Order: sequence, then structure tokens, then C-alpha cells
Amino acid sequence: MADEPKEKQPSPVPAGDQPASSPAVAPPAKPAAAAPPAAAPPKPAAPVPAKPPVQLQTPLTNEMVGRVRAKFGTALVEAIEDRKQAILTVECAKLGEVAQYLRDEEKFDLLSDLTAVDWPKREKRFDVVLNLYSFAKNERLRIKARAADGEEVPSVTGVWPTANWLEREAFDMYGIVFAGHPNLTRILLPEEWQGYPLRKDYDIIEQDTTWVKDNLGIESGQ
Amino acid sequence: MANDTITDPGDKPKTLLGADELVLNMGPQHPSTHGVLRVKLKLDGERVIGSECMIGYLHRGVEKIAEHRSYQQFAPYVDRMDYVAAVSNGLGYCEAIEKLLMVEAPPRARVIRTILTELQRIASHLLWLGTHALDIGALTPLFYCFREREEILKIFEKYCGARLTTHAFRIGGLQYEAYDTLEKDVERFCKAFDSRTKDYEELLTQNRIWLGRTKGIGILKAEEAIAIGATGPVLRASGVKWDLRKAMPYAAYDQYKFEIPVGTTGDTYDRYLVRMEEMRQSRLICLQAIENIPSGPIMAKVGKVLKPPPGEVYHAIEAPKGELGYYVISDGTVQPYRVRIRPPSFVNLQAFDQMARGHLVADVVAIIGTLDIVLGEVDR
Repeated sequence: MADEPKEKQPSPVPAGDQPASSPAVAPPAKPAAAAPPAAAPPKPAAPVPAKPPVQLQTPLTNEMVGRVRAKFGTALVEAIEDRKQAILTVECAKLGEVAQYLRDEEKFDLLSDLTAVDWPKREKRFDVVLNLYSFAKNERLRIKARAADGEEVPSVTGVWPTANWLEREAFDMYGIVFAGHPNLTRILLPEEWQGYPLRKDYDIIEQDTTWVKDNLGIESGQ
Repeated sequence: MANDTITDPGDKPKTLLGADELVLNMGPQHPSTHGVLRVKLKLDGERVIGSECMIGYLHRGVEKIAEHRSYQQFAPYVDRMDYVAAVSNGLGYCEAIEKLLMVEAPPRARVIRTILTELQRIASHLLWLGTHALDIGALTPLFYCFREREEILKIFEKYCGARLTTHAFRIGGLQYEAYDTLEKDVERFCKAFDSRTKDYEELLTQNRIWLGRTKGIGILKAEEAIAIGATGPVLRASGVKWDLRKAMPYAAYDQYKFEIPVGTTGDTYDRYLVRMEEMRQSRLICLQAIENIPSGPIMAKVGKVLKPPPGEVYHAIEAPKGELGYYVISDGTVQPYRVRIRPPSFVNLQAFDQMARGHLVADVVAIIGTLDIVLGEVDR
């Protein structure tokens, strides 16, 4: 572990850069405020001193990103690198075409995973995240598309058939609608269930009380 | 009832059945579905012409729970997904969080992790072999397999006190130092295990009934396997030589020599051979690893309160059943913002439909067995 205190001098540069990269929306304000008091008096013996936030999301430029940018232009919203992982954010409507291109031309033939993340404070609250793998290059690539609540995301089942169940799970848990999916129904939860549990505004002990009452015959599932 | 509908992928739901067709519900309470899997089979006589897997009976919402626990608190939960390979689940999770924290476990911890994970792979494959053979009608291997699995579980018990849901690893390394006779126990097991695998093979590999029940059943071609996202032994039996331990080494796998067994036809028999060979290779890895366990600390310097810097990682390991991936997002607080678990069983099970079509009902049992699913992981 790199234990030496890393001094990150230019705070304004990453801070200006940060809102674009999704995970950094909330934190910059908080750690910056919390770090100085934590570092100064209370825990001198603590092995890891609280560090100032380090900018880990850096812009990514390589040949493949160049090719994708040349082909799709502004549809490639952002290309960043986080902990040596390539992450491309693309325009939601172009997701299908980008997926087709990446499979056919860039040889990302395995869709390892497809999932979603909820950022309720954002205007387009969902990230649809695809983790790709290329056997030929032995490389991973992450594709993200931002989608608003109710916005249709192009299904990639035609490109990678494995997306079938994975998209159903994302629909089940987040209510994201995948346009062109052959059978977009709930997969893990009962078909009549109301609500989308992995959304951030769905409480951890929340449940579909009507369903529980009707089907299990009890007032509460707790 | 909705029970007489079958949804073909790519088709609209059909409600009308032909005169000779029948829909058969198999499970969720069926001994050979290995848990609470329910399969709707559309049959023409004895032949499967369509199927649909109904899952979710064991859904516990671990991904939601993860968002409400600290990083360390969530670690025991992952043991309860693939509960017959808890050590592998724990390894994947701990390494993912380590990647997020940008720390690395010390060499000693990595080697001990490798030993335990490979033992777990053997234990998981033994359970698969015993139950798979039992489903097909061979009763004896089950008892042999459980005998050996018991020895592995005893090693786990001596190491961390638990046999199944072990929580053996910690973020940053290990909680417990290896007990005094760990190397000896592993060595004794590995020495004995060589002849034991021969015993299983004598019972099955050339057995005419076994050949009849597995050869040519549930064929998955290489392109199909990749398209459907199959990983692990299911993919390798189709002839794709790909193993994350070699492709993207983690723990201490880059230090050891081992082969990746592959099949040719991608049928149930090939998957059997691949897993048998994997057990032998795991045994070799264990033997190499106990030769030289480096000394030194077993825990990296991580704080008691983990607050990984904001960002995200996807880390995947080669679990006994395939690629087990963790996609973790940190927002800089003590709780993960999102933990997505990419379960190998869930994705592999998706291949069931195309594997079962055209086969007999009795073969469905063989196909479920050969996919080696654990419903705790499918449903999470």
C-alpha cells in the first residue's frame, strides 16, 4: 500500500472535472470537509491517515477510444480510466450501435455483466453498465449509458444473447425498460410485485405489502 | 393459471398447445434441481421442445443489503451465495475491495488464500460429481465424494472454525494465521486424493450407462457458449481455453504451473472430464503452494474503518462455477454505494433452454446437473 501522504495540490482542476464522472457527484464536498479535522488531532496512531481525495478518474485516450470517437463522434460522451479500468460513457440511444461495433470490430465478444446503478439526484438517474471482455485482447471494457426514469434503453440481446436475463434483472430491480427485448418480465421477484427494490428511494425494509398479504397471508414479511 | 404458457426467447408467449404437447412443471421441490429451481418444460411426448426456468425462490436481496452494511460487514453475506464454495466467494469480494482501496494482500496471505480456494474448488467439484452421478443413477460416487469433501471441510474447520460459510478471508489479507499442521493436512489430503480420483474414474469414465447418459447430451458449441455468456468448466468443455486464473491472474496463481483442461464437443461427458481434470490440477496447485509458503505478515495495512476513495472496480475471479465478478462502487463513505455480483450460475443457467431442446425429460436432470448451479447464487 502506498502509505506516504499523497498531496493533491490542484483541487480546482479535478473538482471541475469531477461532476462529469458519475461516482464523484456526492463525495467531493464531503471528504474535503471531513478530511482536515480527521487528519489533525484525534487519531495519531491510526495506521492510515485520512488522505485528501485523490483524483482517480482520469481522462482516457488510446487507439481504441480514438476509433470509437472517430466512428461515433459526440455519441461517445466520456472516456475515463479508473484504477486502470477503461470506462466509456455513450449516449443512451446509440448503445445498440456501439455494442454492435465493439463486438464486431473491437472483438469484445463476451458480455460478462450487465447491470444498472441508480443516482437519484442526477437528471438522468440510471447508469446502465456493461462489462465486456475480449478473448482476443484479454482486456476488459466498461460501457455506460445514462437513462432517465422511463426512458427506453436499446436492448443488446441481439448482440450478446446473454443480455436476455441480465436485462430482465435490471428491469426487475430498477424498472429500466429495454427496447427490443424479447421478453421483458420480472425474473427474480414475483411477476405481480410492485416497486423496484434496488432504487435508492426503495427502503431496505420496504416491501410490497399487498403482495405479501395476498400471497403469504401475513401482515408483514418481517 | 399461467402454467400452460411457455415463453420462447425471441417469441411472443404462446398460450395454445398442440394436441400432443404437454407442459410439465419440474420443481421447485424436486431433488434433482439442486435447490428451488422450477423449470417449465414443454413436451412433445417425452421430448423437450421448449423450456423456461423460473427462478427467484431464494432471492434475499444481497445487493440491497450490501448498500446498507459497511464493507467488512457485508463480507460474510457473500459466503451465502454459492454456499458450497464460500471460500471462493470471499476471495472475490475481498480482492475487489482491495482493488478499490488500492492495497494488496501480503504474499503469505495470497498463498494461503490460493491453497484454501483450490481446496474449495475440489470440494465444490466433488459435490457436483456426487450429486450429478446420483441424479443419473450412480449411487456409489456420492459416498466417495462426500468422504473426500469431508476431509477438506475439516481443514477449513481447523483453519477458521467453520465448514461451509467460512468467512475465511478479510479485506487486506487473513484474519487467522495458518494453523501448525495446515501444510501437513493439505499434503496428506493431496497425496491420498490422487488415487481417489482414479477410483471415481473407474466407476464412471468407461461405464456404459454413464456414457449413454452423458455423451451427446446438452451440447453447447463454443460460439454458443460465448454468446450466452457461459464461463468456467461449461465454457472450457466447449473447447474455449480460457481460465481467469491464467488470463488475469489474481491471488498467487501466477506462481504455479497448471494446465487448463478443455473439451471438444461441449456435451455433458466433456464437462465431466473437464471438471475431473480440474480437480487434479487444483491438487497440483495445492502441492506446489504448500512447498513454499512465504513468511511475513498476513494482513496489509488497512484501517479499521474502510472508506475507499470514490470510484468503481469490476473484479472477477475463476470460481468453481465460472466467472464470479464483483462490481463495486464507492462514494467515499463507509458503505458501498453499489455492489453488483455477477454470478456464474445465473448466467450459465441461461444456456439451459438451448441445451435441453430435443432431449428427453430424463436428460433434463443430467443437464441441470452438468451446469453445476447453486440456487443461492442464481437468486442471491
